[in-house]
Amino acid sequence: MVTAANLLAFAAFADGKFAQAFPTFGSERMGAPVASFVRIDKEKIRLRSQIYEPDIVIVQDSTLFGAIDPLNGLKKGGLIIVNTKKEPEELGIDRKFSVRTIPATSIAMEIFKRPIPNTVILGAFAGITGEISMGAVKEAIQKRFEARIAKLNIEAAERAYKMVKG
Amino acid sequence: MQKFIEGSRAVAEFVGMCRPDVISAYPITPQTHIVEELAQIVADGELKSQFINVESEFAAASVVLGASATGARTYTATSSQGLLLMAEVLYNIAGMRLPIVLTCANRAVSAPISIWNDHQDSISVRDSGWIQLYAEDNQDAADMHIQAYKIAEDNDILLPVMVCMDGFILTHSFEPVDVPSPDEVDAFLPKFNPEIYLTAKNPLSLGLMAPPDSYMETRFALFKTLEESKEKIVKTAREFKKTFGRSSGELVEHYKIDGADTVLVCMGSIAGTVKVVVDELRQGGKKVGLLKIRCHRPFPEEEIKKALSKAKNIAIVEKAVSMGLGGVLATEIKAVLPDTNARAGVSNFIIGLGGRDITKKDIVNIVDKTVSGPVENEFVNINLSLLDE
Repeated sequence: MVTAANLLAFAAFADGKFAQAFPTFGSERMGAPVASFVRIDKEKIRLRSQIYEPDIVIVQDSTLFGAIDPLNGLKKGGLIIVNTKKEPEELGIDRKFSVRTIPATSIAMEIFKRPIPNTVILGAFAGITGEISMGAVKEAIQKRFEARIAKLNIEAAERAYKMVKG
Repeated sequence: MQKFIEGSRAVAEFVGMCRPDVISAYPITPQTHIVEELAQIVADGELKSQFINVESEFAAASVVLGASATGARTYTATSSQGLLLMAEVLYNIAGMRLPIVLTCANRAVSAPISIWNDHQDSISVRDSGWIQLYAEDNQDAADMHIQAYKIAEDNDILLPVMVCMDGFILTHSFEPVDVPSPDEVDAFLPKFNPEIYLTAKNPLSLGLMAPPDSYMETRFALFKTLEESKEKIVKTAREFKKTFGRSSGELVEHYKIDGADTVLVCMGSIAGTVKVVVDELRQGGKKVGLLKIRCHRPFPEEEIKKALSKAKNIAIVEKAVSMGLGGVLATEIKAVLPDTNARAGVSNFIIGLGGRDITKKDIVNIVDKTVSGPVENEFVNINLSLLDE
């Protein structure tokens, strides 16, 4: 989760934008709901508060809908990207939002044999929003992982990118 | 070179380029990433330094005290309870005039336990004789370390410097940081060349007993040197700007104070959020400005008086409390302001204790309350119903 946010922000930086990424500073433990925040801007980012009215929400685990409201504060017409095998209509999300889905964990299981959807979602985010380029996504991944792991992650991101581009 | 890195990583890289001979630290959240990264830099052979693992913060501070006394450049970092555990040694370091640089990744103090940010830890040792600088963002925090060594090691100063950066808010945030080359840092920061230091050939006693006929003079000398260090801090900030092309202020930073009726005063990362609010309020025609305290010790009395001389309303916004009195910075600023109408317009707010998030709306509310104020020791966003039972 924190990794996905950092990679996303790094990709925006690699595209020449200003970016800021930070976690909700909890006592992290596996399985507990966690949030990370990313701001992307053309200008230097000074604001330090958490994000209460996001333009885009990425939900990495769709079971969170039962535990918390990930859409709280999402702007009208805002975009939500959910990691799920379901189609957007099946999620029952308010129609004032734009909903996209990506089976990121399934793709991760195929490629990594482990449920680590970060870079799959990153590729999907690039394809859906255009806020970050695939070139920058690759750069972010190459910077973060050693060559062999990076190759798999780039494959994962590209698969998701192509899938959402249809 | 612009890098997109975590605040802790930025500090570790910059400290590494300052080439400390000895590093000693004990891990505590949220300082941990800084010393882990430094340990890695040393282990990778990128920095020739002795990284000494210890069993407590008391030991870490003691190790750098001893090492610094031999003329080594030294570094340590801590937070919260760790800083409090160091307190006895911190006073010794200042009294012995050892130019150690310490990063305080600011965190609330127990009890109750909080790993999150406020300024109570560093504020609690403000009287120890250390220079204290407060960083606004990660660039600022990283840059301050290079400046800190230059200030500390001046043979006319010889004082320890504490660089205070907000825990998690800065230490765990990723943002762009302009990283200089090692050569650029070497050119700016000369080698530590103390006139007096411990060697086997020339044994000395440092920090020994001072009877009533001389103790007061050593304390006076420490007091005077902190006063004098203001000039060095300003000079170093100017040199830094000339060399690296950036500045986060000197003792203080003015942000849109000219023509401001209402001036907010704060230190640390909250200044970023306040600047955003000042811009938005200015666009709406409200005359608001910010005075950022970059150096809290020595206290920039003259700069504060000058900056606030024309303000009708002043809001001091801070993350620490002197229990039984009120806001620490507020108390200090009220003490130095002239006893005029300006002082009657001073409001003060306690905010963000134990990591409570600080929003733009909070700052706007503070401005409104200050204009209709004055307000004293208001705890922002306090939920009193939690205390009902």
